[in-house]
Amino acid sequence: MINIQLRDPNKVMTLSRLGSFHQSKLSFLRSFIREFKEWDFQQDLFDLDSNGYGTAIYSVRNKERVYSLICFSNELKPSERSDRVIATKWDTAFVLHDGIPATEDIERLRNNVPKQEIGRMSYKELTLSRANKSVRIFDHVVDNLSSGQQPDIDIVNEVGYLYRTTAVYGSGKFGLADRYRIKDRAEINGPFRLEMMLVYLVREFTFDQVNHIAKAKSPETAVPLDNKIARRLGIGNSTGLGMAPFIVNHPILLHKWIFAREEALRQIRSIEKVSLSDFEIFKNCLHQSKYNIDTWKTESDYQNKKIKSLKTDLEKFEIEFLQSLNIDEEYLWNTLYQWIEKNLREEGVEYIVSMLMEPYDEIVNPLVKEMSSDEDLYFDIPTKHKVADLISMIQKNYKSMLRIDFNTKESISNFWFISKNKEEPRIANRYEEEGSELEQPLAVARDVVNLYQRLLTVPSTQTIAEFLIKNDDLRHVVRRCHIVEKFPYAEIQDNTVGENLVPLDMLRFKLSFFGAQKFDPRSDKWLRICMYQGAPLINELNNSNDMWIYEGQS
Amino acid sequence: MKSSSEIDTVAKRATKASGFSWGIAEEVGKNIKSLELLGIGGVENLNAYLKALKNHKPEGPQEILKNNKLQGKSFCPFYTGTALIDAAEQVLELKTLKFNSIDYPILMLPFINRLSYKIGRMIIVKMDKYEINLNLNRFISSNMDIRNTVLQSSQSFEINVLESKDTFKPETWEQLYELSTETFVEESERLKSTAAGAGVIDND
Repeated sequence: MINIQLRDPNKVMTLSRLGSFHQSKLSFLRSFIREFKEWDFQQDLFDLDSNGYGTAIYSVRNKERVYSLICFSNELKPSERSDRVIATKWDTAFVLHDGIPATEDIERLRNNVPKQEIGRMSYKELTLSRANKSVRIFDHVVDNLSSGQQPDIDIVNEVGYLYRTTAVYGSGKFGLADRYRIKDRAEINGPFRLEMMLVYLVREFTFDQVNHIAKAKSPETAVPLDNKIARRLGIGNSTGLGMAPFIVNHPILLHKWIFAREEALRQIRSIEKVSLSDFEIFKNCLHQSKYNIDTWKTESDYQNKKIKSLKTDLEKFEIEFLQSLNIDEEYLWNTLYQWIEKNLREEGVEYIVSMLMEPYDEIVNPLVKEMSSDEDLYFDIPTKHKVADLISMIQKNYKSMLRIDFNTKESISNFWFISKNKEEPRIANRYEEEGSELEQPLAVARDVVNLYQRLLTVPSTQTIAEFLIKNDDLRHVVRRCHIVEKFPYAEIQDNTVGENLVPLDMLRFKLSFFGAQKFDPRSDKWLRICMYQGAPLINELNNSNDMWIYEGQS
Repeated sequence: MKSSSEIDTVAKRATKASGFSWGIAEEVGKNIKSLELLGIGGVENLNAYLKALKNHKPEGPQEILKNNKLQGKSFCPFYTGTALIDAAEQVLELKTLKFNSIDYPILMLPFINRLSYKIGRMIIVKMDKYEINLNLNRFISSNMDIRNTVLQSSQSFEINVLESKDTFKPETWEQLYELSTETFVEESERLKSTAAGAGVIDND
């Protein structure tokens, strides 16, 4: 029996590797569908006028619990439509309510939800969002359906969604319920479950709305959107920097997500004899991937290079490895993994790592349950340790950071800050913009190196308590060092403020865990993605299988 | 109503804006959240303290002693609170500590509550006329109502780490234990030899 180890965090936790992750069975929207496929989904209210403006309510329920999505749709002039978080009006605003909303709740929410960040929710509301129609496709679909035809499948495949969310909030923001209120519910025992629920229900709303408007436009000739076409439509999202600091500010959660992936990989590589049926599932995913990757359209040179590298690597993998392998070989997956790590680039490696999980519900599902965390449990610093202990920890856990020279201008050329007008994270050049004195504590590599250098100047037998009394400016990073000692995947092993930083890597990493596909960068700081494209529709959930993400695209 | 997450975030940022480090600000954010969850005026006390700080530089202890004094000044609750948590073992050894004067002492309470959890002992805090029990970061009880109170300072602040001991009399325990045994079954000779996994003689 071979002893497969977890992959080294120094290798996995670089930004370029994290930014090469793809969706997998662990992804939140996929685990949401698996968790909720036995629940009842229904439309409780659909009060829209002929233009599709008004109120709709959808619920998800079982014997014990109900969640309700309330949608408020209104007119929006083209000049008012914007993906930026600084927008103040949207085509439709959404809120997920805990239970069945009373009339008073609906009225209260009607006055607040469309206002989004400047409205107030209550502890009865769980998540909040808003979305805009895709100008490329929405009217095209309405026009075609109203005249009795289905929309152009090429346009559907290219755009991938009728609506695009520009923010999805939860966990106590703007008065929404804090996580502690609901964290013990079994169905929520997985990160971002409620956000995934909201997005899934919003998708259903978009189909119902477009059918409704088409029918109102031309009752005699209108036809509903074909289910096969509807399945190819997900929900788009514009993701900007708001998401990036999350993975720095939640180190234990970051570890839990990545550990789940790494542990899945370790267990899969440890399988002595791969069954033919499991191997066929893997091959089928690879086969479908070739079509799926071709539908991944973007104008970004950066992303197109990555897509091209991925396609080339998958072809190389198929020709040079897969076609000549012997399925009876012991520890086949381990041999496969060693080959791809040696011969492919990061994008290809991580794509195949995702595919390796597909045959193994029994490995992945238990790990999904371990992907939440309570950061407060590990907040206190073990201050009876000595300075020498902390120095050793840093040498062991931050090897690559210690090699960075933070005396150069390039190494600290960026700074992260919170904008005053929208309270959102931003990044700017330190030498060109004002405000770096208000920098957010996201330059962890720089602060760890600073801590290390200062530790070397004090007696190694000093306790951490004694050190901190005189060095409280480094308290936050001393805390992180102790966290990463327990949770090795808790830290991005890279410089998050250097000249070469590509913030997209941080966004793409988090989005891969959401289950997003078709990353479409619009700059190095924001991108469009699609969620639930290919996913079963509400009335198909009960009979769905988890392979929809591969099969639903072609 | 503000959520706990909002309270934590705003308290942290406001503390940082007032000149404290991020590490201290993180501690304060969590503490204010904890006070508000217990129904005590964390936000009111924090706001008042941070306003008062505009005129002076806060100071904490450079080491933890049985008697802690700052000449002509009051201790900062944040620097003092973090120093106490960091020196938890020392506090446990000292058992009783005094501080001559602490600014906005209600802001110390969540630090002491966390300290209580860290050392596994109940702590009684005496601050002027208030006597407050802090129990393993689970609850706070007080001889007087502190819920809507903003205290600018306490002229004496005493921390007493309690010995772990029972609150009940030995004879009370005996009575209760006796009653609890009425849920047990009196074993017959046959049960003695068959009801457990091993036999009567367990000879390894």
